Amino acid sequence: MSDSYTLAKIIFGRLTWESFPIHEPILIGTFIMVLIGGVGVVGAITKYKLWGYLWTEWFTTVDHKRIGIMYMILGLIMFLRGFADAIMMRLQQAMAFNGSEGYLNAHHYDQVFTAHGVIMIFFVAMPMVTGLMNYIVPLQIGARDVSFPFLNNFSFWMTTSGAVTVMMSLFVGEFARTGWLAYPPLSGIAYSPDVGVDYYIWALQIAGIGTLLSGVNLVATIVKMRAPGMTMMKMPIFTWTSLCTNVLIVAAFPVLTAVLALLSLDRYAGTAFFTNDFGGNAMMYVNLIWIWGHPEVYILILPAFGIFSEITSTFSDKRLFGYTSMVYATVVITILSYVVWLHHFFTMGSGASVNSFFGITTMVISIPTGAKIFNWLFTMYRGRIRFELPMMWTIAFMLTFTVGGMTGVLLAVPPADFVLHNSLFLIAHFHNVIIGGVLFGLFAGINYWWPKAFGFKLDTVWGKRSFWLWAVGFWFAFMPLYILGLMGVTRRMRVFDDPSLQIWFVIAALGAFMIAAGIACMLMQFYVSIRDREKLRDTTGDPWDGRTLEWATSSPPPDYNFAFTPVIHDGDAWADMKKRGYQRPLDGFRSIHMPSNTGTGVILAGLSTAFSVGMIWYMWWLAGLSFVSILAVAIGHTFNYKRDFHIPVEDVVRTEGERTKLLATQG
Amino acid sequence: MSTEATAAPTDANPVFYLAEEPHHPEGSSTALGFWMYLMSDCLIFACLFATFAVLGGSYAGGPGPKDLFDLPLVALNTAMLLFSSITYGFAMLATEKGKVGATQGWLAITGMFGLAFLSIELYEFAHLIHEGATPQRSAFLSSFFTLVGTHGLHVTFGTIWLVTLMVQVGKHGLIPANKRRLMCLSMFWHFLDVIWIGVFTFVYLMGMLR
Repeated sequence: MSDSYTLAKIIFGRLTWESFPIHEPILIGTFIMVLIGGVGVVGAITKYKLWGYLWTEWFTTVDHKRIGIMYMILGLIMFLRGFADAIMMRLQQAMAFNGSEGYLNAHHYDQVFTAHGVIMIFFVAMPMVTGLMNYIVPLQIGARDVSFPFLNNFSFWMTTSGAVTVMMSLFVGEFARTGWLAYPPLSGIAYSPDVGVDYYIWALQIAGIGTLLSGVNLVATIVKMRAPGMTMMKMPIFTWTSLCTNVLIVAAFPVLTAVLALLSLDRYAGTAFFTNDFGGNAMMYVNLIWIWGHPEVYILILPAFGIFSEITSTFSDKRLFGYTSMVYATVVITILSYVVWLHHFFTMGSGASVNSFFGITTMVISIPTGAKIFNWLFTMYRGRIRFELPMMWTIAFMLTFTVGGMTGVLLAVPPADFVLHNSLFLIAHFHNVIIGGVLFGLFAGINYWWPKAFGFKLDTVWGKRSFWLWAVGFWFAFMPLYILGLMGVTRRMRVFDDPSLQIWFVIAALGAFMIAAGIACMLMQFYVSIRDREKLRDTTGDPWDGRTLEWATSSPPPDYNFAFTPVIHDGDAWADMKKRGYQRPLDGFRSIHMPSNTGTGVILAGLSTAFSVGMIWYMWWLAGLSFVSILAVAIGHTFNYKRDFHIPVEDVVRTEGERTKLLATQG
Repeated sequence: MSTEATAAPTDANPVFYLAEEPHHPEGSSTALGFWMYLMSDCLIFACLFATFAVLGGSYAGGPGPKDLFDLPLVALNTAMLLFSSITYGFAMLATEKGKVGATQGWLAITGMFGLAFLSIELYEFAHLIHEGATPQRSAFLSSFFTLVGTHGLHVTFGTIWLVTLMVQVGKHGLIPANKRRLMCLSMFWHFLDVIWIGVFTFVYLMGMLR
């Protein structure tokens, strides 16, 4: 008996039958749904014999465009999960009054709010932002691919591995109950002895490696791979914001890696970094994680600013107002984002001088940000504005984000922050800037670049339904939280005593349901657009009368992006080419040198997932085995020196010939 | 008409694409990419240094640097790493001259110095743990072991990489891809040297002054 027990312990670590949440009806229901959905998808792929196609054309691809699309799909799937968490919280808080406990127990509720934050930041916003940058940046700078195509594939799969690990925690064991930044000592082994925080740590560590490498990759791409003539100050503004974002990634994510490594040492090896005893200092963790965390929010918002800039300029049919000031504003924000981290914990008690310094730096950031808003307004001023969907999202952003920015400046005042710290006012503030800024930006970008990626526009009827439900739903969902925050309601509460507060939570829940309807309309928009793709087809490759290079090639672009490397004379390169009578070359094609696909990224990420499972459940054999395998596969990969091939000239001629025919039908 | 005639030829007939594929030397971004990776790694060390600076005085009633550090031993260890940097430099000089054998020889010597460094470090750690100065004893020791150990871990991976490269140089000779790899490892190896100078100064020397 005891022998088999020890053996089970060695094999399964702390994984036992009790680890499966069979007593949680909500989770069982979810699991059955996921199981049915999963079996359906796997069955369909098998039935239509798509595994080979998926493996050779998608999973192992090093094409930045396909990797970009895979990032977007990952972000979208995780978004549905993160939103499910959100609406569960809204329901719970709207119900739990007058002695009612709601429908979520504390154990479950605490996991829900932690998972919501972690998923929305790391596995929704990050993949989607990275996906858009991956897809668009090489096209905008006239490159064939990124600097390190294999690394790009590997980065994507590492991010996916992190997402898989988080999703695993839903059905095996539990997720952290600590809040999305897992502050110690609560996240230490003494107060969180379960697997939750370990799931958190390993999901973020693995995904963090992917993010860091993709940051290195895109910086190198932008610095080294620009088409001839494209000086730094002739780069499209989205490329500029992407450059700054990726510099921030390279300079911020190592801090997250380091601080999570220290937390894992505390949890696994019993060290005393952040413990209450033996000289540990929990505030060291809080400082370090926000030194990563504050740049992180700018990592998310800067590309969104870039998207809005491109869209405003395109749909106003004007050159972007104040390009140079826009670039400087972006760079200033990049630098300032490193000297504001302490405003996340003014209440730590660092004293008046330290708090004033960080309060002032925080307020200073609003200056370049405000300059950007004015630049967009002046771009629109006297422009021929076309109110297409991307432009609608942009205007919704400007209205929403400005309010979020102003409440941010309010929170930057330390005495005000002492009152509002950790209240729902803060929650309303950062949702106001992240939804109103990042998410609206992503939706604008999806509507704007979808025709480039797939060759047909998105349906506007469902798009507008989604837009209005989102925009209105957002205000309904978060304005009540500002009010509640001002009344002193703190975040992460599960039940409430004061019945007078309930109405606000009910309104917020109503808003959340409007957003849910907005998401449904968006999915419907995708479905209807794909169904009616022939009707929505764009054969020109330039459906919006665009201004930057990505619109110079076909939609979707060929594998090699451009048959000939473009030469740039102007910031709005494609607008300049159209104006000065650019003729698309019809002959003289050459074979094109391209990187080859490889399965190493998928394998390494799969092994990393196994490593995470081993570490989380204390299955040391699995952790050791997968670590050694990771090393072996990585070293084995370096023995492969043949990593490229040439697209034969006949293929290029055929592809370009088809495009010529297509353009001719346009007349 | 007249305006067109007076316009500069580049304006009238702008070139919008290159007829010939520009030759991007393979791996032209590698040095920049690897440098950025190194800088990100440097930030990890910066965090560990900062943690040591904050927690380095928290002995929790346990032993401090003066009770623990054996400076002559650490000086010997430092010498091992510095010598390994010099010998790596010789390996790179041999690479430039295209001498496969000499490159491998110097790499082997570099690897030996690396192993010597690791052995001395492990001996030091074992000694400390034997005396009861374990990483769990105090925040000072936690941050000491983590900072020095992370550096040691890097040297370990550098050594594995070095052996891999010796095999690859043996297999394919000093082709451009291998030269590029040798250059990356060179940057990595010297980078670890610089980090060690920081460790030696801030942790050991200044620790003795605490």
